[in-house]
Amino acid sequence: MQPDLSAKSLKVTSLISVGQHPKSGRARRAEQDARAVELGLTLSDDQLEMLHVGSGDKTVMRSYLGMGLPKMTLLKQGDRGDAVPVLCDYLATHAPDILLTGVRAESGEASGMLPFLLAEKLGWPLVSRIAEIGEVNDGVAEVLQALPRGQRRAIKVRLPFVASVDNAAAEPRQSAFGPGQRAGINDMPVAGGDDVVRSGWEESPARKKPKRLKVVKAKTAADRFKAATAKASGGGGKVLKKESPAEQAQAVLDLLIEEGVVR
Amino acid sequence: MILDGLLPVLISVALALLAIGALRRISLWRAGQPESVNIIAGLMAVPRRYMVDLHHVVERDKYMSNTHVATAGGFVLSMVLIILVHLVGLDNSLLAWALLASTALMFIGAVFVYKRRQNPPSRLSKGAWMRLPKSLLSFAATFFIVTLPAAGLLPVNFGGWVLALVLMAGIVLGLGELLFGMGWGGPMKHAFAGALHLAFHRRAERFGGGRSTGLKPVNLTAKILGVSKPSDFKWNQLLGFDACVQCGRCEAVCPAFAAGQPLNPKKLIQDMVVGLAGGSDANYAGSAYPGKDVGNAKGGPTQVITEGLVSPETLWSCTTCRACVEECPMVIEHVDAIVDMRRFLTLEKGDTPNKGAETLENLIATDNPNGFAPASRMNWAADQNLRVMADVKDVDVLFWVSDGAFDMRSQRILRAFVKLLKAANVDFAVLGDEERDSGDVARRLGDDATFQSLAKRNIETLSKYRFNRIVTTDPHAFHVLKNEYKDFYPDGQAPEYEVFHHTTFINELVKASALKLDMYKGGTVTYHDPCYLGRYNGEYDSPRELLAELGIELAEMERSGFRSRCCGGGGGAPITDIPGERRIADMRMEDAVATGAELVAVGCQQCTAMLEGVVEPRPEIKDIAEIVVESLIEEVH
Repeated sequence: MQPDLSAKSLKVTSLISVGQHPKSGRARRAEQDARAVELGLTLSDDQLEMLHVGSGDKTVMRSYLGMGLPKMTLLKQGDRGDAVPVLCDYLATHAPDILLTGVRAESGEASGMLPFLLAEKLGWPLVSRIAEIGEVNDGVAEVLQALPRGQRRAIKVRLPFVASVDNAAAEPRQSAFGPGQRAGINDMPVAGGDDVVRSGWEESPARKKPKRLKVVKAKTAADRFKAATAKASGGGGKVLKKESPAEQAQAVLDLLIEEGVVR
Repeated sequence: MILDGLLPVLISVALALLAIGALRRISLWRAGQPESVNIIAGLMAVPRRYMVDLHHVVERDKYMSNTHVATAGGFVLSMVLIILVHLVGLDNSLLAWALLASTALMFIGAVFVYKRRQNPPSRLSKGAWMRLPKSLLSFAATFFIVTLPAAGLLPVNFGGWVLALVLMAGIVLGLGELLFGMGWGGPMKHAFAGALHLAFHRRAERFGGGRSTGLKPVNLTAKILGVSKPSDFKWNQLLGFDACVQCGRCEAVCPAFAAGQPLNPKKLIQDMVVGLAGGSDANYAGSAYPGKDVGNAKGGPTQVITEGLVSPETLWSCTTCRACVEECPMVIEHVDAIVDMRRFLTLEKGDTPNKGAETLENLIATDNPNGFAPASRMNWAADQNLRVMADVKDVDVLFWVSDGAFDMRSQRILRAFVKLLKAANVDFAVLGDEERDSGDVARRLGDDATFQSLAKRNIETLSKYRFNRIVTTDPHAFHVLKNEYKDFYPDGQAPEYEVFHHTTFINELVKASALKLDMYKGGTVTYHDPCYLGRYNGEYDSPRELLAELGIELAEMERSGFRSRCCGGGGGAPITDIPGERRIADMRMEDAVATGAELVAVGCQQCTAMLEGVVEPRPEIKDIAEIVVESLIEEVH
């Protein structure tokens, strides 16, 4: 699916964060956010705004800029700040047609909540874990959502919307050092208080969860392959396809009450 | 003679045209970037550089060196005497006799050029170059005849109109090729550009037996990084391209060309000439880039090279083995040019092919090309009980482990070398997790920013400790530490240590009787010279001496020593992986098999990996450290 010409005049904003390399722990261009930028670049290379809230690690910002953007916007905020209200303020006056984020940050809180909170506050629809954005016609975008095991779901969504970009999206282009160094960073100091909730938390390195030992019963390579690729076959659960939305919602709510999530 | 009045006019006109052409050519070179040279000292050095350094290379082909001495020597001498006798009109029979002798010498040389061109090898360019011997012959012959009267051998009024016309035609042809053509881009351009190239060479240290192989640093704050257009080269690099004689010796030794990858060093240099002068490659009459047709490349001094003149795959096919540079009689620096253009592709376009981008990203994020945890760098030595610099601070020998630490095959080499160090009671330590990739791959892939970052951080680490020598088993790290890090020391500081390759170091230990060795008991052995040890650093002898100490009589491959063929593993070539018809490693293994060897001794983990990647049956591959360890007599305490 190639984006058509009308998509080229779209205003797209990609949010970027400071990533963290899983092996070295070093700050880097985050994998999903870089995909969000890549997707933004293919949608509209001249109308893409790259936005970051935070202290703005120079080398990381430059590695995003090296993907070929002439400039980016940096909403400067301390490390303990809360990005959501700042972003909401900014996006209220600089509203794009499509707002792209990663699914989950690689450092910091990394709750994966940011796209949801933004969509809620802005009152926009949210499509999570997208792989591709296809044609945009008459204010409606065709979006491919990534599902487990390489499955895709085609969704139509009205602009403006928020989308979080999955690892299944196209790989980000290589960052070029020269253009990255020369690109401009529009520094905008912003007010916005500290993240009060977070300030009470204590951070410690994650411990590896103990894993249930998996006894491989398969005798042949074909069996092993099947075991590795088969869909997870949970015992419970049911698929509601034909029921009315009200019935489907009720089923979800029942389950949440049953599991004790909703009281 | 009838021509007497006309001859000075013709010579003057030809000289004037040469001068105009030469000035125009010089203006083309000056489109390049400024680079300061010592003009007087450079010009003064030309005769020596020509007759000693250049001749050494030409002499590898005895036929051609003798031919060239006779032809070029005869021509230069003739030209001086022609000006004196026929232009200035000095009436001295001694000069005339000398001119007769020099034209005769030139004629003899030209006959051999002619013979060579009867059935030229494929590496030679045809086209205008096929015309050259005829022009040389007619120049020498006609000036011989017109000088006969001046020598008193013929009456002054000898000959009639017919002879005069014939001579006239010969003179016009000869002067046209040798003077006019020299200034206006004919085959003789090489003489004029070549002489100035020798004078203003960018690596003057190469002359007089020196060596200069480290790449030049990129100024990372420049407006454009690397070379995008011919005018981004230094002016003396452009001059160097113009010196090419299209002899194709580079083509004959290029491993990528032989493998059918789209690279031919000669064509590349000719494309650079097309670029600096503007136009297309339609007149190029040599071998093409394998798999690509000639005639479609177009360029100009201010046009982007990779958009129409040279395709990026051509640049990425190079293994930076330096065989072409080593073989070039005109001392042209192909590898510098290729890496300059790669720098543009990587640093400005972000377009490093295949695994290039991933490798560079890993180097930035983890200081090693495969993205392993930096804290696992010492895992290989868990059972080795090695001393770490952070603890000992001061040591005689620093063992630079290199990224071989992460590779299980290379770890066997590292272990073998550690065993030798311990057996010889060497006072050594390693940097442990503080070590980083040397930056070799990043630099050859054109990412000088990452290279410089790695180099500076490594230098900072090295500067914390005291040691006298660095030893490494990796020739790439060896080259970078020895030749390229010195550009990145802070002002006023310089490296205070010597860098050794492990084969040199072990050889010294053996000579000092620090190691007791048994005789080697296996079969026939051949030795593969790693490019970065041999051609880059001139170390051909130590590995051979060491093997001889073990009683090994090497069965040398046809291409060994300075002519060694690359394994295909250098310059990031396995990472960019440009397809060809054959694999370079397979061709190298064929070389080894041809010697009947059962064991290929190498001195490089990259060569080991490349050669072991060749399908069996094939000889076994072992690093020299591994071979020496097998013969080590261990003392029981």
